[in-house]
Amino acid sequence: MKNIPISAMIGLFFTGLYFAAAILAPLIAPYGMAEVVGDVWEPASSEHLLGTDNIGRDLLSRMIYGGRTTIFIATVATALSFITGSVFGLLAAVLGGWADQAMSRFVDLIMSIPSLIFALVVLSVMPVTIPVLILVMGLLDSTRVYRLARAVAVDINVMDYVEAAKLRGEGRGWVIFREILPNALSPLVAEMGLRFIFMVLFVSTLSFLGLGVQPPAADWGGIVKENKEGIVYGIGAALWPAVAIATLAISVNLVADWILNRTTSLKGGRG
Amino acid sequence: MSDPLLKVRNLKIGATVYPPGEKPHDIEIVHGVDFDLAPGKVLGLIGESGAGKSTIGLASMAYGRGGVEITGGEVWVNGRDILKSGIRDVRSLRGGEVTYVSQSAAASFNPAKKIMDQVIEAAVEHGKFTKAQAEDRARALFAKLGLPDPDNIGKRYPHQVSGGQLQRCMTALALCPEPDLVVFDEPTTALDVTTQIDVLKAIKEAIRDTGVAALYITHDLAVVAQVSDDIMVLRMGDMVEYGPTDQIINAPQEEYTKALVSVRSIRHEEKQPSATPVLTAKKITARYKGTNFDVLHDVSVELHPGQTLAVVGESGSGKSTLARVITGLLPPSHGKIDFAGRSLSDALAGRSREDLRELQMIYQMADVAMNPRQTVGTIIGRPLEFYFGLKGAEKRARVVELLDKIEMGDGFIDRYPAELSGGQKQRVCIARALAAKPKLIICDEVTSALDPLVADGILKLLLDLQKVEDVAYLFITHDLATVRAIADSIAVMYQGKVVRYGPKSQVLSPPFDDYTDLLLSSVPEMKLGWLEEVIAHRKMESAGN
Repeated sequence: MKNIPISAMIGLFFTGLYFAAAILAPLIAPYGMAEVVGDVWEPASSEHLLGTDNIGRDLLSRMIYGGRTTIFIATVATALSFITGSVFGLLAAVLGGWADQAMSRFVDLIMSIPSLIFALVVLSVMPVTIPVLILVMGLLDSTRVYRLARAVAVDINVMDYVEAAKLRGEGRGWVIFREILPNALSPLVAEMGLRFIFMVLFVSTLSFLGLGVQPPAADWGGIVKENKEGIVYGIGAALWPAVAIATLAISVNLVADWILNRTTSLKGGRG
Repeated sequence: MSDPLLKVRNLKIGATVYPPGEKPHDIEIVHGVDFDLAPGKVLGLIGESGAGKSTIGLASMAYGRGGVEITGGEVWVNGRDILKSGIRDVRSLRGGEVTYVSQSAAASFNPAKKIMDQVIEAAVEHGKFTKAQAEDRARALFAKLGLPDPDNIGKRYPHQVSGGQLQRCMTALALCPEPDLVVFDEPTTALDVTTQIDVLKAIKEAIRDTGVAALYITHDLAVVAQVSDDIMVLRMGDMVEYGPTDQIINAPQEEYTKALVSVRSIRHEEKQPSATPVLTAKKITARYKGTNFDVLHDVSVELHPGQTLAVVGESGSGKSTLARVITGLLPPSHGKIDFAGRSLSDALAGRSREDLRELQMIYQMADVAMNPRQTVGTIIGRPLEFYFGLKGAEKRARVVELLDKIEMGDGFIDRYPAELSGGQKQRVCIARALAAKPKLIICDEVTSALDPLVADGILKLLLDLQKVEDVAYLFITHDLATVRAIADSIAVMYQGKVVRYGPKSQVLSPPFDDYTDLLLSSVPEMKLGWLEEVIAHRKMESAGN
């Protein structure tokens, strides 16, 4: 763990901070999430470090609980999208032929519809609960991961060592998980950082539009929505979640970059 | 003696390395080399990969490739130290006074521009000639280099000429601006032997007629002996020996040079065929999916247990396709393969595990034949586990035993392929094939990516293992010296057909058919004047016809 570059240190620190705050939310939040503790849009004070929101709830507490929801949804949805996307992507590359065609054309079909509109349509007919939200976001995003995983795996699939494994008589499971996956991991991990951030933005967008996390539960997109009127009166409450989203995005990507560098050097520098 | 054109003094070159798991650091890759080159002379730089020969060649243009930096010393060209010159000066030097011919012309030409435009570019850019003059000069050079239709070949695009022709076009490109010095960096290494001889002849005559000086960089001592006046032998950035070509070839002083000169001296006595062959391929015809011509026509060969069948031919002759058909990767359209007394299914999916185990394969590029994420222990251990169900300590013991057989210690067991040298990688691939206890190993150009001394070691190892394990080899190669060294029988392939087939002694003795004669006479020999002899011999023959 020595030799961590300074950029990765900063990334690790902030990512860690956000995740720790998410996990420990009930312990560190000064007030309850939906507890009305003061006046509408009070300025920052020693009691309310970030002030209060549009109906007088403590903004810091809401940010902490909101971060918890946002990060939880984004993490689970990213995991879902990666597992589905890469399993099917690697499978398509190894199977080839009509199986690959069928899966790839289906994915093309889904990708041809803008994912935000697709999600809005699905969520407007389904009950908006957190599991449904995760499922919709994860599956829609897995099409992108599928594309990447397939593209990377098609290249690896023609390497001599994969041919050697096939000549040995190895089954598909071994070829996919032992020969191809370890070598496809670095681009996938780098992509995961990026995808996680897209998920954060996606869930925030949905909440902002009213089809994401439902009140009184909070998430960062929802907090922006609740406080957006304040901006007209010069009240910055809506900016805090935006700052949180931006810093989380940058720090996660700093970490992902570092992981990418580390894993490529394991292979003797050949990307 | 006139003043040297190129004077190199105490040249030191460094580079930054990025070893896995460590901090990047700087190392020195050339440790102070001195040499002189007089106008019109040719100096051969020879050594294995990593010897620093290309780096020195590029340094004579004050250039360091990707992360390489010239850290000390002097390089004098035409009386000025180019390492101390400004970038403007160096620019007028590169492509004007000093030009460069790279190994892969195919990768160096811009595929989107016509050959003529690229050949005259430097000469016009440096203001040496007008466009019309440069084009006249280029056409004269095309003719001198023996290119067909010299007046019009420049109008073609790079993909419209063959590899050997493109390499000659690149030589024309280098000679066009009337340079004082040309750096040839392995100009014939990527070519077939039969093409190499034409390019070599063209380069030699062009050097002689234009009076240009040249640095000729190669790993093949037999080739450099044909063109150079002096030879410098390099090893790991140090000069080993430096002298006139005659002395280096005929009376080498250093041990390392002696080893280089005597390389390819392995001799192998041909064995008598036994009653039942282990592999019989009968009338194989094959084509790739979506193409409309046969890559193999009616190929029939036999291989006896414990013996070696060498399949020789140039690129495109179908020798690797034959291997793919035998392994089941490409089902043939006609023909049949018998292996170890049973008939093999055409497709890989139809073969039993026993068929797969007894027929192993070793690849040309050991780097990509091993999963970079698996340790040597996993790579060799997997066939043991897969075919014989060995696990734990038993498996490890067998892996150590195999490492011992390939003359590597058990210290390598936890290393990754990236931490091995080229020769070690190929050895691990051999161990992986042996682990399956096969009856037949297909060796596809296994030594052609290796340095001559390392390749020699691999061939010796393969021969020794054949004695102990009684395994048969189907040895695919374009290198006749390798064939002489290890084969029991030989099949010469040309354009998908077997043109000559039989025991080694018979195939390699006259009367020859035209193609075999061409192939045999094209293999460079380690003696002075070989190139002239061959060319004279060919002229006589064509006059006789």
